[in-house]
Amino acid sequence: MSDHHDDEHAHEHDRPLSGPALRAKALESLLVEKGLVDPKALDELIDTYETKVGPRNGARIVARAWVDPAYKKRLLEDATAAIAEFGFIGRQGEDMVVLENTPEVRNVVVCTLCSCYPWPVLGLPPVWYKSAPYRARAVIDPRGVLRELGEEVPDGVEVRVWDSTAELRYLVLPERPGGTEGWSEDELAAIVTRDAMIGVARVKLPRRSKR
Amino acid sequence: MNSVHDMGGMHGMGRVEIEKNEPVFHSEWEARVHALNLACGFHRKWNIDVGRHSRERIPPAEYLGFSYYEKWLRGLEMLLIENGLVTAKELQTGRAESKASGASVLRPSEVAGFLRLRRLARMDDDVPAKFRPGERVLTHNDHPIGHTRLPRYARGKRGVIDRDHGVFIFPDTHATTRDKKPQHCYSVRFAARELWGHQASARDSVHLDLWDDHLDPA
Repeated sequence: MSDHHDDEHAHEHDRPLSGPALRAKALESLLVEKGLVDPKALDELIDTYETKVGPRNGARIVARAWVDPAYKKRLLEDATAAIAEFGFIGRQGEDMVVLENTPEVRNVVVCTLCSCYPWPVLGLPPVWYKSAPYRARAVIDPRGVLRELGEEVPDGVEVRVWDSTAELRYLVLPERPGGTEGWSEDELAAIVTRDAMIGVARVKLPRRSKR
Repeated sequence: MNSVHDMGGMHGMGRVEIEKNEPVFHSEWEARVHALNLACGFHRKWNIDVGRHSRERIPPAEYLGFSYYEKWLRGLEMLLIENGLVTAKELQTGRAESKASGASVLRPSEVAGFLRLRRLARMDDDVPAKFRPGERVLTHNDHPIGHTRLPRYARGKRGVIDRDHGVFIFPDTHATTRDKKPQHCYSVRFAARELWGHQASARDSVHLDLWDDHLDPA
């Protein structure tokens, strides 16, 4: 799959445009000609989502919650305000809810109807999150999905799936892995992954943890 | 509407494949389509619920065959025509027949502020809540032909109010008549077995965000 994409990307500029690429270009030209969009604003929008917003934002929230119990309490009580302390606000993060994983409860976030996702803290969603297999299966067979992704959830643990059907946006606060005692906030943030904040993975120690 | 966008619980869709080191966009046109959707939204000719409903109205076979940004491209074309920003003929020929008059266009310097703006799905209206946390509810078994945020898999099911999120725009009307119909939105907890029967774990649950108009006391 990824090889295919790489290949496509490498040849993109050598081939004439076809299909959606052509239609997108025609639509942009029309909208510019009509005076409805400024192409430089499109560049700026793309740059924002490619370079300024992404899961590193969410990782900072998680790391802070792991080291600062007062922050964690604020985060669980009013996630929107606690996340805004970092300046992460706006589109698709207007009303945030943070779900805490514990040894007894695993939270998993999905949007079965479309692709709702907390942009200010995680960036734009990955393809798998927006894909039919995840949207179809996360609610009916969350344990099967997690197993396929390498996560066996013990029978004694409750799996709670959150279907994002409103304008609330969900971020999972994963469990802090053992062996990270005394780590700095930056070191902790570096091991927090996007998939852990969606709820389909645990945060693991790097194989050879460098400190 | 009962279409293929309402995917929760469907079989046969295959495995979940996570791509390693996935780029934000897989090609330039995807990035342009994403940005065009945001920049066209700046004209405020439609709201987020009208936008979602446009993609839901893509014919099922096309919806399933499209990549993610192909759906956004098709949805945007529908929105532009239906809301009078471009004509069908202009879209077909790619040539503008008239210039937009007096339209205020999103400029590069305004992008950061535009994205940080809180769009108001949450409302200040003083509407009483019909339910309190802990109360048992039964979801409506309605099959509206328009937009709804109550998926098929959770219709006619019994759940418990987990928390009251406050007063929000009701998307089901906002998408079609544009009536905001402010009312309480709740996180409702359903036992996995209530939704899926005995194949599901007795421990597990699914939470959905639903509105007063989706719920009856149980």
